[in-house]
Amino acid sequence: MATYTLDKAVSAAESKTAESAAKPYVHPYLAGILLGIVLFLAFFLSGNGLGASGGMNRILVWGEDKFVPEHINRTAYLSDIAGGDVNPLKNWVVYVSIGVPIGGFIAGWRNGRLKVETNRGPHVSIRSRWLLAFIGGAFMGYGARLARGCTSGQALSGGAVLSAGSWAFMFAVFAGAYALAYFVRRLWL
Amino acid sequence: MPPFPLHLVDELGETGSYIVYLLIGFAFGYALEIAGFGNSKKLAAQFYFSDMTVFKVMFTAILTAMVLIFLVTGLGLLDYNLIWVNPTYLWPGIVGGLVMGVGFIIGGFCPGTSLVAAATFKLDGLFFALGAFFGIFLFGETVGWFEDFWYSSYEGRLTVPEFLGMSTGGVVLMIVVLAMLAFFGAEWAERFFGGRPATPKWRYSAAGVIVLAAVGVFVIGQPDTNDRWDWISDEKEAQLANREVQIEPAELLDLMHNHKLKVYMVDVRDEADYNLFHILDAKNIPPEAIPDRIDEFLEEPANTVFVVMSNDEKTATEVWKTMVAESVVNVYILEGGINNWLTVFSDPEGTPCTVCPSHADEQLHFSFDAALGSRHPMANPSQDVFQLEFTPKVKLQTKGGLSGGGCG
Repeated sequence: MATYTLDKAVSAAESKTAESAAKPYVHPYLAGILLGIVLFLAFFLSGNGLGASGGMNRILVWGEDKFVPEHINRTAYLSDIAGGDVNPLKNWVVYVSIGVPIGGFIAGWRNGRLKVETNRGPHVSIRSRWLLAFIGGAFMGYGARLARGCTSGQALSGGAVLSAGSWAFMFAVFAGAYALAYFVRRLWL
Repeated sequence: MPPFPLHLVDELGETGSYIVYLLIGFAFGYALEIAGFGNSKKLAAQFYFSDMTVFKVMFTAILTAMVLIFLVTGLGLLDYNLIWVNPTYLWPGIVGGLVMGVGFIIGGFCPGTSLVAAATFKLDGLFFALGAFFGIFLFGETVGWFEDFWYSSYEGRLTVPEFLGMSTGGVVLMIVVLAMLAFFGAEWAERFFGGRPATPKWRYSAAGVIVLAAVGVFVIGQPDTNDRWDWISDEKEAQLANREVQIEPAELLDLMHNHKLKVYMVDVRDEADYNLFHILDAKNIPPEAIPDRIDEFLEEPANTVFVVMSNDEKTATEVWKTMVAESVVNVYILEGGINNWLTVFSDPEGTPCTVCPSHADEQLHFSFDAALGSRHPMANPSQDVFQLEFTPKVKLQTKGGLSGGGCG
């Protein structure tokens, strides 16, 4: 009885410091159904799925094109996106990618989850977490372009329309993460 | 013809279409945030089995979207051939996926979720997003070093049903059933590894609904070429009868010299006739092989004009029907076929036939001393010699929903 109340008190105190006034997240299956309906509507209305890294890529290349247009024109991959008069922002995925943080912000605001914080494992300092996040992001960005799509554009979108390559990709992402998870457990546990 | 997907740019203009995409992105970001995907600890917990939220949300989303998509395509409301199916580049996809997995477990996000995290002031999300930009930048600068690999193991618009040799409905049902077992396993793992999953009763009802819907997809099936032709036959038969899609040889010659277009000539005659003579760059694809090439046709760039040709028009017209029914756009028939082409360009004056030869027997009416193929002078007649007048019929139509690249 005594341990039970202690447990409860500790977890209550934790949740108070971690997410003061923050509403709990939606149940995973419900969130998945909602996300699935969004994904379906994207295909149903526009014929395209969802995306994120593609839009980030185009925004980045758009910026590069302002500074080093010759370099863009001489690099085959970049030239396809922004060579000559081609405007890299004239593509649907750019607008989906801009919508994502806006939607995220509104959802966070309505649920009391707007909070300056750094989520990290208990044994990682804030600075290390920032550095690791940057390095992880770099891997992720590089891999996403190599695979022609990220978790949104390949796994979710390609998975739902049964692209064979997207399913192979999806298993590869999970395999890569699970293979390394044990060795970097000190980062999270 | 199925009313969806909409051609957003035609319906709403460019700006209007971007507003729709912005709203789609908004809903996507909103759903990610309420799922808890702005929190890297929640995402990383996936890989230590104590909180399988990532798996549950992702697969529930895929199942929901998949079942809905193949229900509406089965009912003829949505045209599967007009939605973007990521082309398969197998090994770049797998290697890229492994690299992303490494980034995921080190950084705790994927690109989309890092945007959501940054938008809710999570500093690790912000650093991750900056890192992602850096990785994307690095890729643009280095892909030139291994371009051969990046374009390797290309399988085109390969789908799981095609790969497994199963019906679409069968694959949908199989994936749904396997996912249910996987969810059961995930909940068990969570309890085993010290997590406390919320297990509301309604999830059984939800599972029941989705399995029933998948059975529905299986029972309804997907439309075949004949069904697809029936949707559009009235309109398309009229086009054939009014000769709106049969282009004169002179127009084809003009198209071949139009550098803004890609002319894809499909020569459906038998190999012997093709070897005797064919128009420069025409591809020999027998009619029975056309269905297998549809995916490839659908992936051609938007400025592609297909011209189907046989010795006369009969076989070409049948192939045209198949291609049009499968939603390939900008498909035309060479008027009078190869016989007419040879008639027109064998006369130095290039008199166009007023009454086109109507031999419907699909025989080549010219004899050749040797199988010259496209080395024959008439395979690529000079436009300077043959300055012919023609009634232009080709109107370039942009593709419906397809605008390339999920994360393109």
